[in-house]
Amino acid sequence: MSTTDPSVQELELTDETPAAPRKMSRQSPKPRRTAKAAKRPGKKMPITAKLALFWLSLVVFGAIYAKFDNLLGQRLPLQDPRYQGNLFGTASRTETPSTAHFLGTDVLSRDSFARLVHGGWVSLIVAMSAVTFGVVFGGLIGTFAGYVKGRTERVIMALIDVILAFPALVLLLAMVSIFQVRSLTVISLVIGLLAIPAYTRIARANTLALANREFVHAAQAIGTKRFTIMFREIFPNVLPTLLAYALVNAAAIIVIEGTLSFLGLSVQLPEPTWGNMINEGRSEIRQTILPVLWPSLALTLTVLSLNQVGDWLQGRAEVRSAAL
Amino acid sequence: MESRGTVGRVDRKILVVEDLKTHFKLPAGMVKAVDGVSFDLKQGQTLGVVGESGSGKTVLSRTIMRLTLGNNVHTSGRVSFEDRDILSLSNKEMQKIWGLEMAMVFQDPMTSLNPVVKIGRQVTEHVRKHLNVSKSEAKATALQLLKGVRIPEAEARFNAYPHQLSGGMRQRVSIAIALACGPKILFADEPTTALDVTVQHQILNLLNLQQQERHMAMILVTHDLGVVAGRTNDIAVMYAGKIVEKAPTWMLFSRVQHPYTEALLRSIPRTNQKNHTRLSAIAGRPPDLINPPQGCKFSPRCPYAQDKCREEEPTLQAAQSDEHQFACWYPVGTPENKEAFEKNLAAQLPQTLAFAEGKVVDESVIDNAVALSGGGS
Ligand SMILES: Nc1ncnc2c1ncn2[C@@H]1O[C@H](COP(=O)(O)OP(=O)(O)OP(=O)(O)O)[C@@H](O)[C@H]1O
Ligand code: SF4
Ligand SMILES: [Mg+2]
Repeated sequence: MSTTDPSVQELELTDETPAAPRKMSRQSPKPRRTAKAAKRPGKKMPITAKLALFWLSLVVFGAIYAKFDNLLGQRLPLQDPRYQGNLFGTASRTETPSTAHFLGTDVLSRDSFARLVHGGWVSLIVAMSAVTFGVVFGGLIGTFAGYVKGRTERVIMALIDVILAFPALVLLLAMVSIFQVRSLTVISLVIGLLAIPAYTRIARANTLALANREFVHAAQAIGTKRFTIMFREIFPNVLPTLLAYALVNAAAIIVIEGTLSFLGLSVQLPEPTWGNMINEGRSEIRQTILPVLWPSLALTLTVLSLNQVGDWLQGRAEVRSAAL
Repeated sequence: MESRGTVGRVDRKILVVEDLKTHFKLPAGMVKAVDGVSFDLKQGQTLGVVGESGSGKTVLSRTIMRLTLGNNVHTSGRVSFEDRDILSLSNKEMQKIWGLEMAMVFQDPMTSLNPVVKIGRQVTEHVRKHLNVSKSEAKATALQLLKGVRIPEAEARFNAYPHQLSGGMRQRVSIAIALACGPKILFADEPTTALDVTVQHQILNLLNLQQQERHMAMILVTHDLGVVAGRTNDIAVMYAGKIVEKAPTWMLFSRVQHPYTEALLRSIPRTNQKNHTRLSAIAGRPPDLINPPQGCKFSPRCPYAQDKCREEEPTLQAAQSDEHQFACWYPVGTPENKEAFEKNLAAQLPQTLAFAEGKVVDESVIDNAVALSGGGS
């Protein structure tokens, strides 16, 4: 069998059937398949998760496209999100959707569609960096703490608790005053730092359980070094749980960023984010709800999608550990 | 039987264990999981360690291998492996022994393989790390090993994850990994308890075969005397952290001395004999290891227990032959034992009554065990 995607193999390879059904030796493979389908629920991706993935890829693709479109200088049909089409002399500054502006324009006559697509970038970057920080630092620190135990563990967890207790807004304001800018980097760093504790705790709890598993003892019994055991045996087993949490966490992070933008504490205007779009649309809400509706919808859909995919992944991780 | 595989070879003692004690300190008190165990093992020989759940078999083998047992553990005594004092070695020095000279096969093949790494890679990496060979050589060796443990279509299973294999297959993989570097001694801690009966025999045969081919020493831990019958040179029966009877396998089966061993024998399920053989469980529960009973630890459950047993703890003593040792005041088969039994029967001691119910099958049990062990022939 060639080295293919593991999920494909899972379908092909059951307990006692020969690995490659193509070869078809001795046993008849037919009843196994049904038995297995019953045994491993959650293997198949539900339609909601598929739709969710579709939406997420739209957002991600859009954000990346918008970003680089911008860098390349208006080469493609997406408007500059900062371009204020008819600021002067028109009575109606907000426009309803048309072929020129798919989603209409906002209070400053900026193309809502362009701003929506661009706004995804901030959400994307903040969520990605927070999740990366969490999984990498939080995950490794937690695995380490859970494996070494004793005093080191207590010190690490105490420090983590300090971070957890830190008010996010205060930290953000402090960082902003230190760096003098509310750039995407600063915002991402702060939110990333604040995301670490949760991952640390999950990783530590999982490690505590895993360290008593027989395969860890078995690794020791064949002379595997402690360091290797920690990062080759335990961490990969913590990872699926961390990743499943990461998706759910990403949704929460996007909401947090949205809140910060809404409060005007995220990236500097006029850089569009979903949060500040809602905030800006608020003032003219009596006139039209559309400029608020679009970013709200995007935010809701994204959060929902992330949770869907996260749930699905979690289910899969559970199936896998149940199959052990 | 006891000369199997050793003809014409003078084997030296590879492992000497003296008065080994492993105690766990708990808030409630000291758990004496292993409490003064001594034995030795020659190269190429197999020792069966038998006892109920909780008798300290796992703790014993893990102590000898110096595997992590927790922070609250207190170990004393001596373990000498090829003239090295194992208990005084550093973890670094142990690293050179683990896998290379001592290896272990674990009870549950469901959990003894890393669930997220393909089995081929698990074997290959282990081979590479220890044998210092190139990637392709390691892969070839790994395949060889997998074939060696009779994994059908080893090439195809190379890329499988552990959960895609059956329990028996997984245990074969574990054995392949344990044997990869040609250890001098293999600990098999209930290697078949988690498997079903037919697979059990295959795995045990495989272990036996490998042990003989490699002339390796093996400690086979089990709670089932039926498993060790015919597969080991010697048997040590453990009860509450102590060895209560120790003998060459055939001798143990044909001349049972300790009441606990007798009770274990009576609890071997037999498939080849008809009805009137009732499977008798041993009355009562294993003792509390923090506050063990006074005197003989088996006395609360022993059908022959007398006042002396409850006051004074018997120590290991030799039976007819020096090779056969047991710790009991009223050994099975002696007139004193018979007398004690009748006395207890008259006094209607519950465990004695329970024992008497199954008594009819006594002779056939022994015969059967002897047949199983291939002894005498
Ligand atoms: N880390 C520990 N701390 C405290 N007590 C322990 C610890 N490990 C084992 N024990 C105790 O030591 C005793 C012996 O356990 P052990 O696992 O060696 O039994 P066993 O003979 O292997 O039984 P089984 O057949 O169930 O595997 C048990 O009573 C157990 O509760
Ligand atoms: S010493 Fe007494 S209680 Fe202990 S096993 Fe022998 S007869 Fe039974
Ligand atoms: Mg055990």
